[in-house]
Amino acid sequence: MKYLDEYRDAATARKLATAIAHATTRPWTIMEVCGGQTHAIVRFGIDTLLPPEITLLHGPGCPVCVTPLEVLDQAVAIASRPDVIFCSFGDMLRVPGSEHDLFQVKSNGGDVRIVYSPIDALQIARENPRKEVVFLAVGFETTAPANAMAVHRAKEEGIPNFSVLVSHVLVPPAMEAILSSRKNRVQGFLAAGHVCTVMGYTEYEPLARKYRVPIVVTGFEPLDILQGVHMCVLQLEEGRAEVENQYARSVRREGNVPARALLSEVFTVVPRKWRGIGEIPESGLGLAPAYAAFDAARRFRVEDHTAQENPECISGLVLQGVRKPQECPAFGTKCTPLHPLGATMVSAEGACAAYYKYRRHEVMATPRSASAEGSGG
Amino acid sequence: MIDEFALQCPIPLDDNPTVQMGHGGGGRMTRELIERVFVPVFANEALAPLHDGAILPPARGRLAFTTDTFVVRPLFFRGGDVGTLAVNGTVNDLAMCGARPLYLSAGFILEEGLPIKDLWRVVLSMGAAAKAAGVRVVTGDTKVVDRGHGDGIYINTAGVGVIETDLTIGPGSIRPGDAIVLNGDIGRHGIAVMAEREGLQFESEISSDCAPLAGPVQDLLRAGVEVHCLRDLTRGGLTSALVELGESAALPFRIREDAVPVRDEVRGACEILGLEPFSVANEGRFVAFVPSGQVELARATLGGEGAVIGSVEPRGTDPPFVRVETPLGTTRILDLPSGEQLPRIC
Repeated sequence: MKYLDEYRDAATARKLATAIAHATTRPWTIMEVCGGQTHAIVRFGIDTLLPPEITLLHGPGCPVCVTPLEVLDQAVAIASRPDVIFCSFGDMLRVPGSEHDLFQVKSNGGDVRIVYSPIDALQIARENPRKEVVFLAVGFETTAPANAMAVHRAKEEGIPNFSVLVSHVLVPPAMEAILSSRKNRVQGFLAAGHVCTVMGYTEYEPLARKYRVPIVVTGFEPLDILQGVHMCVLQLEEGRAEVENQYARSVRREGNVPARALLSEVFTVVPRKWRGIGEIPESGLGLAPAYAAFDAARRFRVEDHTAQENPECISGLVLQGVRKPQECPAFGTKCTPLHPLGATMVSAEGACAAYYKYRRHEVMATPRSASAEGSGG
Repeated sequence: MIDEFALQCPIPLDDNPTVQMGHGGGGRMTRELIERVFVPVFANEALAPLHDGAILPPARGRLAFTTDTFVVRPLFFRGGDVGTLAVNGTVNDLAMCGARPLYLSAGFILEEGLPIKDLWRVVLSMGAAAKAAGVRVVTGDTKVVDRGHGDGIYINTAGVGVIETDLTIGPGSIRPGDAIVLNGDIGRHGIAVMAEREGLQFESEISSDCAPLAGPVQDLLRAGVEVHCLRDLTRGGLTSALVELGESAALPFRIREDAVPVRDEVRGACEILGLEPFSVANEGRFVAFVPSGQVELARATLGGEGAVIGSVEPRGTDPPFVRVETPLGTTRILDLPSGEQLPRIC
């Protein structure tokens, strides 16, 4: 299949794996930022093609995993109202809030709908003028432009019954939080290709300089990831710390300029709590004052909600690359996709879910420590 | 026979354009619906008396008996509709027991306000599917529920078939070394229904693979293939079928990912939606577990689309995982989907 098979070719993969092995002279720890990359790595077994000196750590780039518990509880509260049609991307529906998930709200009679685009939610608002239509606007810089577009159009057209529950997060502040942590093990990054398609990579250049860390903007197919690792290892071995672009077929240095302009029009940078990690300054997007009327948290008065994470869940440590999913004693026993303790076991991009889905046979055969350091968020 | 009716709905649209509560009331309206919509399409000797039950002649062999209920939204999709599913689904369950399907019952739950022409279209599809599968609809029932209490049409079918082979076909007969044969490409039904339901458009149209499987199964048995186990791939796709059979048989399987046929348009749709082709629904696909020495015979009998996708491994100390060799030469396992397959965020 065109534009897909070329990036999954076995012979080229072996060549790249050999090149990585040749280039590697000592241990290196590299983090792939995006959950989509994590799933590709685990699904295709890319880590098993690498020399033993290379450790891949799975990063915080799973939008479902880092959406804070408070926002999920707010979503559940709003979606339970009889006057609301609540719209969301599909994989947010199964993420547990403090007590319920959105699927349970739906089965209890709430009007919860899966949409493929926030523009679809806007259309539902046009068609149902007597209902309040709320879209759960989560995700990284990748999903933010479409959400910005929906709010922008709602304002232009004067659609009063549309609002968004916003919990957007930004990648560079999270990378900086990891790099500045005392527990940091990361020596090089594979940056998220789709985020950089929107934002470009100028924001990463000061990070690479300040922390002396190579950052390779990387795609999502097996060959992309292998090539990204290769470029990162070459930089590490040569003592360079630069931003390089492996994903040039999609990413420009300046990113998608109209999309960025729309983001700065509709959103403003705010401090944001990350599920399992805690609050990171200037790490999120909230609605700009001119668009505050479309803020669902404000409209439905659920802004002040607080929540407590399950202390057994180590997802915060997993998201920061401090622990791996298989090091959690609850993995596959107390915590499964059907009965998850944390979001990393639910999401299609969560690291725990990836290991459960593709590698359970290896994890379950390995002895794990009896005590886990809880993160609690 | 059916073609004569296909042109025009037998109940004049001017009189009763939609299903009304009275159509399920057991009175004149019910009778009119039965006599003008169901009987002409399903016509057969066993149904003709319209008695409380069908009286059937004895069959030579063990009987297989199954039931399934069909709720699909939308009712009509590219390559089929709820009627085709209702016949083929039950026919296929019988076929997976190694049975030759003989008779079906059909229970309809209709929603008040359903256009009669939609019901007619579904019943015609059922008639055509029954004819293609060599099975007769010999008894039935109709109920009507208030508007807003159903999705147009729900259909339950139960089926009886006769097993004319001495083989015991089921997970208990799976043996280490068996080859796993698949009868064609996977994932088209699930993508076709999702495309219709969500209004998704792809460059090339994807049609459901909905088809009766009794024919190919009977062909395998007649050709002398010692079939150990059969399973049709429905909801949960190839993944659910293999994981469930592996657990039932308590044996590990090994599958080669690039041996499983998936059409480019299905792969493309799955990539866009973040779905796994192995876990997408099918309605005309099955896996057969056969002795390795009969692989060529089985594949030749199934025709051009049959593919050997893997084999049954010796019983090990591990839980019976289904391992998949990826095109890169690495290995992963197959895992049951937790619930509905959900398109992901980005």
